[in-house]
Amino acid sequence: MAADKVDPIHQFQIHPIIPIHIGGYDVSFTNSSLFMVATILVASAFLYMSTASRALIPGRLQSVSEMAYEFVGNMLRDAAGKQGMQFFPLVFSLFMFVLVANLIGLFPYFFTVTSHIIVTFTLAILVIGTVVVYGFAKHGFGFLKLFVPQGVPGYLLPLVVAIEIISFVSRPVSLSVRLFANMLAGHITLKVFSGFVVSLSAFGALGIAGSVLPLAMAVALSALELLVAFLQAYVFAVLTCMYLNDALHPSH
Amino acid sequence: MFVTSAYAQETAPAAAEGDTHAGTAVPAAEHETFPPFDAKTFPSQILWLVITFGLFYLFLKRVVMPRLGAIIDVRNDRITQDLDHAARLKGEADAAVAAYEQELAEAKANANKIGQQANDAAKADAEGTRKKLEAELEKKLGEAEASIASIKAKAMKEVGTIAEDTTSAIVEALVGGKTDKSEIAAAVKSASR
Repeated sequence: MAADKVDPIHQFQIHPIIPIHIGGYDVSFTNSSLFMVATILVASAFLYMSTASRALIPGRLQSVSEMAYEFVGNMLRDAAGKQGMQFFPLVFSLFMFVLVANLIGLFPYFFTVTSHIIVTFTLAILVIGTVVVYGFAKHGFGFLKLFVPQGVPGYLLPLVVAIEIISFVSRPVSLSVRLFANMLAGHITLKVFSGFVVSLSAFGALGIAGSVLPLAMAVALSALELLVAFLQAYVFAVLTCMYLNDALHPSH
Repeated sequence: MFVTSAYAQETAPAAAEGDTHAGTAVPAAEHETFPPFDAKTFPSQILWLVITFGLFYLFLKRVVMPRLGAIIDVRNDRITQDLDHAARLKGEADAAVAAYEQELAEAKANANKIGQQANDAAKADAEGTRKKLEAELEKKLGEAEASIASIKAKAMKEVGTIAEDTTSAIVEALVGGKTDKSEIAAAVKSASR
């Protein structure tokens, strides 16, 4: 148990709760799955119940739901225009899912769904997949104009196109790694500083006095992580909006 | 530094936990890979993410977002409606004020006219009375002057005879004898000139 307390990696371990194996794949219902379910239940319940009265003059909780709705709506409208509003459900659910998953992860002993690269990568692939599929469906091969910026001299074109393609391909990577790395690093730092508090206080009175410093640090970091949890959800949603704008208007 | 020491301590609990992870192949190996990069957990995470996120997406799209959109639309409609209503009421109030002011101006003009008329009538009346009085006074003055003139003429006439009588008496007393009446009258006349 002592090792668990100071091990900052332990919190990211995944262990099955209900083992399920299908076709040689381990698709067990794990603690990660549990917190995914918790995330959508908390988010859905909040959005559903806070708006249940449909009050003309909103209460506090309804205001929060409306703010989130209008915040994402304005974000998408600003980035992708009126046409972009057809992706509003996608962007809004991405934002709410990431935000609530990040916030739930801040509770001690809770698992952070978004601290696993595969989760954030799957969400990023969902975004880029939507962009590619919609882009080709709407513009056909005209979507490839995305890689050919206008007003570039001919001899530079191969280089620019190569750069554009690389930047497009790296989008899902940067999108997923940004969220994953932020959550991972934040939680490790929190755990390390909290671990300092525990191990320092084991050294008697002097240790307890000394542990005030890392404790203050842990408190400050918790506040910072709260900000990061929101900020990363925002960044994920904003970038999603920008990529969707590319799908709508490939010739920029 | 802290991380590495934690890693070093990990082998013991890993072996102890081995029994709980009966489903996985090699308990010791599980801890060697950093959990987020452990590919063995990927299928499960992807599957459950797809399930949960899919359900979440559907729920938001079908239930939550139409509801939120409706709430906000209703509010916006209500606000524009209230603003229209307020604008209409303001227009009505303005019209009422304008009508009131017009009536006030009319009433003032009427009052002025009535006052003017009364004034003119009173003036005309006074003027008529004054003229009548003046005419009467003029007539009386004329009559008085006429009577004064007649009285004066009569008196003058009598003054002539008195002077003649007095003269003849004085002459008779001084000169003696009888005096010629016509001579005396001529003398008086030339003396009184």
